[in-house]
Amino acid sequence: MNRHLLNYLGWRLLQSLVVITIVVIGSFMLLHLVPGDMVDVLGGQRGDMDAELMATLRTRYGLDQPMLVQLFNYVTGVLQGDLGYSFRNSNTVLSLVLQRLPATILLVVCSVAVAVFIGTLAGVFAARHVHRPIDVIISMVVLVFYATPVFMTGLGLVIIFSVKLKLLPVGGLITPGVDMTTLQLVGDVAQHLILPVLSLSLFYIAIYARLARASMLQVLNQDYIRTAYAKGLGTSHVIIGHALRNALLPVVTMVGLQIAELFGGAVLTETIFSLPGVGRLAYDSVFERDYPLILGVLLVCSFVIILVNLIIDLIYTLLDPRVEVSR
Amino acid sequence: MTPSASAPKGALLDVEGLSILIKDKRGDVRAVDDVSFSVAAGETLAIVGESGAGKSLTALALMRLLPKTLGVEAKRITLAGQDLTSPSELDIRKVRGSVMAMIFQDPLSALNPVLTVERQLVEAIRLHETISRTDARARALELLDMVRIPAASARLGEYPHRLSGGMRQRVMIAMALAGRPKLILADEPTTALDVTISGQILDLLKELQRDLGLGMLFITHDLHVVRSVAHRVAVMYSGRVVESGSVADVFERPRHPYTEGLIQARPHGSFVTDGHRLREIAGTVPVPAARPPGCAFEPRCVRAEADCRQVVPPLVREAGTPRSLACFHPLQQEQYA
Repeated sequence: MNRHLLNYLGWRLLQSLVVITIVVIGSFMLLHLVPGDMVDVLGGQRGDMDAELMATLRTRYGLDQPMLVQLFNYVTGVLQGDLGYSFRNSNTVLSLVLQRLPATILLVVCSVAVAVFIGTLAGVFAARHVHRPIDVIISMVVLVFYATPVFMTGLGLVIIFSVKLKLLPVGGLITPGVDMTTLQLVGDVAQHLILPVLSLSLFYIAIYARLARASMLQVLNQDYIRTAYAKGLGTSHVIIGHALRNALLPVVTMVGLQIAELFGGAVLTETIFSLPGVGRLAYDSVFERDYPLILGVLLVCSFVIILVNLIIDLIYTLLDPRVEVSR
Repeated sequence: MTPSASAPKGALLDVEGLSILIKDKRGDVRAVDDVSFSVAAGETLAIVGESGAGKSLTALALMRLLPKTLGVEAKRITLAGQDLTSPSELDIRKVRGSVMAMIFQDPLSALNPVLTVERQLVEAIRLHETISRTDARARALELLDMVRIPAASARLGEYPHRLSGGMRQRVMIAMALAGRPKLILADEPTTALDVTISGQILDLLKELQRDLGLGMLFITHDLHVVRSVAHRVAVMYSGRVVESGSVADVFERPRHPYTEGLIQARPHGSFVTDGHRLREIAGTVPVPAARPPGCAFEPRCVRAEADCRQVVPPLVREAGTPRSLACFHPLQQEQYA
């Protein structure tokens, strides 16, 4: 790690801080534009609350304060690591989100890995056989994946592999009520993850396959590829040693851009496969109008996304020496 | 066709009847048409001509590095005693870099941007000899010294974009020398460089060629460059060789009207504006698909007569000289003074 890289890291962290502050304030204000608060929802569900009780509740939870004061209270809390309390779940927001985060991260990371790996492989293969039947077939298959909504892929996979073939579990992350060794646990979780990861990644395989194909074709036309052949290298050496790394650059950029989108896709996938992830938590909290929880989920997710993008940028500077880090 | 400018015995590279075809459904077009030449060990042959004359294609065809849309046909190609008329993929791979190596025009785009100089050099070295990484690194340093890169060991860790244009071309040359080739194909190696650097690179190539006894096929459009590096020259026009011979001979006594035109079109090294326009050759080079049935230069030639329009003049060796000419009505030697 040189000094330049450290400076760059510091600068990027500062930037991230600004982004997170904007996310916090922005989403807080946005949620307060929606008419009705948590007490209204509670009252509506219970049906037996009078105006006095509602007012008391509002006073107790600070909901009667002006918005700016509420914002100030919230931000001070966040700075101290307190994301608020979810009354619907009788737990702190932070522990609720942290409980659910591992499942989502597991799902998203596995899906990205599968999508990038298979997508790039398919794309490079297609580029090597450009305009030949196999290239056309790959293009058509990935187009079908691309055009199919995630929930349909998910339901289709469940029907085939879980219901008909009974090969894989329908949903959940762990088989409940069974004592397992660590190794068995890993295997069990992996089994549960196959279908969710597949249904989420199929869509992205399509994107990466198209991107890798186009990028590879462009790289294969570069002069330095001709130089590599002129040295006497064989085709596979040229592809792996000279073309692939250059062709991967746009793919890496795309991963960074799509991480946020993948978290969105995780909501659907987690719902279909009843995975205990952040996506479902967000989904539920919106319907319960659990403001602190919605905010908490938003905050933690944007934090993760910013962190991932930082890592992607670092990977990019390692892959492409022409990107000189500065500041 | 009469065998032309035929190889001196034991030529390093001997090419006879090389054609490059642009494959097309309506019939193939010959981008390079029946070209023959040879290069002896320790000799530099320059191929000179305008853009689109087929010079670079010829070099790429020898390395079999043409895009798949172009076909290569040849009566005979031999390189260092090996028949390369229609080599297998494996045969040509064994020859690339080790018997003949190529230097390209633009050293920035010809070097891989994401690999260090060391990676690219060591790769070339270890491809052609079984040698440890440490030894390969030492050899890489030696090569950089050979092409006179200062502070060579510091340069090994650099990426191409951190080097100057001249430095990049030196790295390119070092890479070409890595496999200890016998023949260097230099495709306009100084065109992308500025004048002073270009002079240094030419001097370097000349020296390396002489010291290592290399054969060199030097492709350029610059007559001054031909004069400074080459022993012999072949003038190409629209995919054909129209005249060849020793540089001094051809430049002092051009016999083909095109060669004469090229020499006349050259500025005379003076900044004095005496109101004279440089002489130009009227018209443009025909594209290969629209080449006239006779001599390709006929529409632009002041000496053209009826026979030039009907038959392609063959490249014929002049009796008792190392010169060849493809012209029915050449300039007489005494005519040019």
